[in-house]
Amino acid sequence: MDAKEIIARRVALELRDGMLVNLGIGLPTLVARFIPQGMSVAMQSENGLIGFSAPPPDGMENRDLIDAGGGLIMSLPGAASFDSATSFALIRGGHVDMAVLGALQIDAAGRLASWMIPGKFTPGMGGAMDLVVGAKRVIVAMQHAAKSEPKIVESLGLPPTSARRVSLIVTELAVIEPTNEGLALRERAPGVSVADIVASTSARLIVPEVTPEMPLCRD
Amino acid sequence: MRKSAITVEAAAQLVPDGARVMIGGFLGVGSPDRLIDALVARGARALTIIGNDTAYPTVGVGRLIEAGCVARVEVSHIGTNPTTQRLMSAGAIEVELIPQGTLAERIRAGGSGLGGVLTPTGVGTIVAQDKQVIEIDGASFLIEKPLRADFALLRAHEADYYRNLTYRLTAANFNPVMAFAADCVIVEPDEIVPVGVIPPDAVRTPGVLVSHIVGRAR
Repeated sequence: MDAKEIIARRVALELRDGMLVNLGIGLPTLVARFIPQGMSVAMQSENGLIGFSAPPPDGMENRDLIDAGGGLIMSLPGAASFDSATSFALIRGGHVDMAVLGALQIDAAGRLASWMIPGKFTPGMGGAMDLVVGAKRVIVAMQHAAKSEPKIVESLGLPPTSARRVSLIVTELAVIEPTNEGLALRERAPGVSVADIVASTSARLIVPEVTPEMPLCRD
Repeated sequence: MRKSAITVEAAAQLVPDGARVMIGGFLGVGSPDRLIDALVARGARALTIIGNDTAYPTVGVGRLIEAGCVARVEVSHIGTNPTTQRLMSAGAIEVELIPQGTLAERIRAGGSGLGGVLTPTGVGTIVAQDKQVIEIDGASFLIEKPLRADFALLRAHEADYYRNLTYRLTAANFNPVMAFAADCVIVEPDEIVPVGVIPPDAVRTPGVLVSHIVGRAR
């Protein structure tokens, strides 16, 4: 199982029946593959749709039907389409139960940076700032380090996406929950030691006496 | 009131160099492609484009960037268009990045006669620079000003002879809000249908907001 699959499987365990969920572009999109059979989760795409799934069969694509990453999708029975103002009223208004986003960095206060590397790359924030402010729960799904540079740092070196503390950080090594006291280590991935996690994290971690192993599927 | 359609070339002549132009679309989906191509063919210059993104170099707003028609963009995202990134770094194009939800609400405010909006989005970030922060019942909000433009170039699915509009799936995106927020609203529909084909409850943009409909290619 590669790093991305570990992260996607673990994030999928946070899904609950009846949720409205927004999955960010890239790694977070993989979470949709691990929705358990029989669970009803509505997916929102911020460009104006609730209720979609993977690409349609070859040759059946509709150019007017894309996700927020520009990928061609299918709408599902019960889908609803709407304009951008309505879409962000859903997001900012607290109607989205869970947003899953990638990040470039996260600091000890649980703030994320995801939209700009000054002087290098400025893709822009797109809908990320609104999602982090407005979703009921914000889960960061990212690889623990970038080219062996820790991404979980004491203080951000990049412009923050929001002042809000995210709800949970899921990487291929660990599950970490930002709290009032700091970043609390909650779970370690199978085969990963607490020492490995601490070594790959430059922010201080609150380590419990026993760190349980990360589950990757439902019991 | 029934009105005739205009050609895409005549529409492009209406938009002068230096104009502020809203263009509907999300990564090119729901953008008025024929109007964009007509502006490129006219050799438009120094436009300010307001929209969600700059799409890709060969798609939607990206075609205007590629052809050198654009001096400034006010958008939420330029990550899919390396040309915009390169021109920004070279100082050849100005880029103002606006959170997507804030962009939608600023346009809505501009079209609805509101003096702006209060949003929690961007508080504590670069977006808050030079903006007023106010507290309401203990929560912080940015004051974001309304956005308007000289022109809105929109894509619709159907237009009837009264210029009532429908949209389709994710091609609606910014088009319905932009229809309120420009002095001159020019719409490129996929289909032109007789009055009555669009039931009143299905109209998403009332025809009174639309200045011109672009006819089918002849």
